[in-house]
Amino acid sequence: MIQYILRRMLYAIPLLMGVNILSFILFFVVNSPDDMARMQLGQKHVTEQAIQNWKHQHGYDLPMLWNQQEDASKKVTETIFYKKSMGLFLFDFGVSDSGRNIGEDIKQRMWPSLSIALPSLIVGLLVNISVALMMVLFRNTYLEFSSIVLCVILMSISSLFYIIGGQFFIGKLLKLVPISGYDTGFSAIKFLILPVVISVVSGIGAGSRWYRTLFLEEVEKDYVRTARAKGLTETQVLFNHVLKNAMIPILTGVVVVLPLLFMGSLIMESFFSIPGLGSYTIDAINSQDFAIVRSMVFLGSVLYIFGLILTDISYTIVDPRVRLT
Amino acid sequence: MIILWTDALIYLLVVAITLVGFVISRQPQMRRPLKKIGTSKTGMISLVVLIFFVIIGLLDSVHFKSTESRTHEIISLLDYWAKPLREQDEKTYSAPFATNLYSKEVIVLDDGSTQWGNPRLKYGGAHLLNPENERRMDILDKAFVGFSKGTGLMILLLLLLWASFGKKHDTLLNHSSFKVVVFVLFLIVSISYMLVELSSYYHVFGTDKVGEDVFYQAIKSIRTGLVIGSLTTMIMLPLAIIFGIMAGFFRGWVDDLIQYVYTTLNSIPSVLLIAASILMVQVYMSNHAEEFNSLIVRSDMRLLFLCLILGMTSWTGLCRMLRAETLKLREMEYVQAAEALGVRRWVILIRHILPNVMHIVLISVVLDFSGLVLAEAVLSYINIGVDPTTYSWGNMINGARLEMARDPVVWWSLLASFIFMFSLVLAANLFADTVRNAFDPRRAE
Repeated sequence: MIQYILRRMLYAIPLLMGVNILSFILFFVVNSPDDMARMQLGQKHVTEQAIQNWKHQHGYDLPMLWNQQEDASKKVTETIFYKKSMGLFLFDFGVSDSGRNIGEDIKQRMWPSLSIALPSLIVGLLVNISVALMMVLFRNTYLEFSSIVLCVILMSISSLFYIIGGQFFIGKLLKLVPISGYDTGFSAIKFLILPVVISVVSGIGAGSRWYRTLFLEEVEKDYVRTARAKGLTETQVLFNHVLKNAMIPILTGVVVVLPLLFMGSLIMESFFSIPGLGSYTIDAINSQDFAIVRSMVFLGSVLYIFGLILTDISYTIVDPRVRLT
Repeated sequence: MIILWTDALIYLLVVAITLVGFVISRQPQMRRPLKKIGTSKTGMISLVVLIFFVIIGLLDSVHFKSTESRTHEIISLLDYWAKPLREQDEKTYSAPFATNLYSKEVIVLDDGSTQWGNPRLKYGGAHLLNPENERRMDILDKAFVGFSKGTGLMILLLLLLWASFGKKHDTLLNHSSFKVVVFVLFLIVSISYMLVELSSYYHVFGTDKVGEDVFYQAIKSIRTGLVIGSLTTMIMLPLAIIFGIMAGFFRGWVDDLIQYVYTTLNSIPSVLLIAASILMVQVYMSNHAEEFNSLIVRSDMRLLFLCLILGMTSWTGLCRMLRAETLKLREMEYVQAAEALGVRRWVILIRHILPNVMHIVLISVVLDFSGLVLAEAVLSYINIGVDPTTYSWGNMINGARLEMARDPVVWWSLLASFIFMFSLVLAANLFADTVRNAFDPRRAE
């Protein structure tokens, strides 16, 4: 088991290298540092000296991948790629183009993101599974048919409309909760209710339909028929047998996204002006701050790979038949 | 006639879909699923709605230089027909069917005196002398005339159809799903006729901040939505099919390499990858401004890039599915028999593996479509979607979002984009369900 995890972690290194190289190509090769400097300083009326200064300040005045002028090992280390990429592996994100410490920012903004993403995930999961179970329990009735129709309608509405509609009706007309904002400590709860409710509602359609197909696949299996033949009631069969066995595919979907919860949700956070990592990323995109976007790309891939490993481990816990070798 | 990049690809796509449809309908094993789609009422209704949207999108994809205006701007066939909608701009916001402007300003009356109030619109309801009393009757009147014109047109068409085919295809005409299709066609044609009739007198969905007709914006956005939904799949399909089948069939280092590539791509949060690429495209364009001289060419290129990037980020899911299916298929007896008979490997791939994974490809294409249309709106909101000058539902929502705080609320842009987007995505979802039910072997009875 430990050997397996270690091997998976070693396997993550080439993956992260790939991510790094890809983002490096995207950010630095398509646009030379000269272009970036010009963009940061404004398009017109920029002197050559100003560009050079900016590049020197932000460490972009080195060669891309190979420094011919230095000796031996410095040929590799004294380059933009090395300077801007190797720090990421040690989770040292460096300084953003606007001069802020990215690592500190991430540490600070992680918690608001988590405080909105975690409740959304848990409540959403509970609601979706119970709706799906209800649909399976009442299968082949009008109740099921109408809830399927409702699900298709719900999933055809863009998430933007859920947010705008929710903010308008609950926040503005009924004045139940504040429309947007954030506070520290427990007073943040009143700001978090609306985003959580909206993200749960907007996920019901697709989510419960997905879980329904998982349950239906299990319902047709032999052991379920045996359980019914034993004389168990339909609810007992559903909760004790079907739900338990359907947990495996459900778990795969959930555990993979668990680490990514730290990244937050881009739209939710910017709509509700919550100072999390999602809105941090959006701000970085809008102000074209490459250092931040690159750090977030790297962080996102690390968390995703971590999620994959977690999934494998969780398999062995729910399904004793699975052995990791 | 001017052919933009996306136009050319759309034509190509239409040709490809007709070819594939032709080939599929000739194959005997495809008869049963196709028949199942044909008899499904929801499937046929959603197909009719989709085709209606596609026709509008295709009309909007034939571009030429306008000869009327001196500026020689590039317009499409749809723009040409919707000339009144395009050119009758008001000053600023106005509500649907309004005859007066949303905002108040100083009005100069005929006798020279001034008054503070909502001035009359330049075009919306301009033919009315006394809007307060006449407006309601006039709208109903125009709506009725338009509706009955559309219905009349449909009846004429149906009579023609019946006269030429009625005797021979008796069973088809009496089929229940055919009746539903006719009914939906009636509704669509009559309502669109009604809207066309009304929109030449009123702004059916109001006007936006700069006074542009919202109905026109919503129609123009159809093409953007369709392009994103369809071109992206066209870009991702070859990647997913070739890599997926190769990884599953050859295994060994090919499999390792392909798995490495798609895990790497997958591990980057797709929104960030799209954002990074769009940023790069933006910077590239602003540094090479001379190559993208006209506004429409520029926004078209950005649309194409967006499809490319979305395609690059979304092929991995299908690729993984195809790999798993191919791994299963290559152990089948008929593949092993072909191998034993000495059939070359790529012939096996094309003749035995590819046709047997086609149902997965088909299902995932129709399933992805609606997701991509929805994704466009979200991406445009974060400013990494289509160009801000391109008409798209995402841009409409983005522009209207802040107006919800006004009093009275400016809701019509949101309503228009909601109606159009919802009907397209709903139709796509329902059709996708039908296709999945028909083609998925696990669901076959």
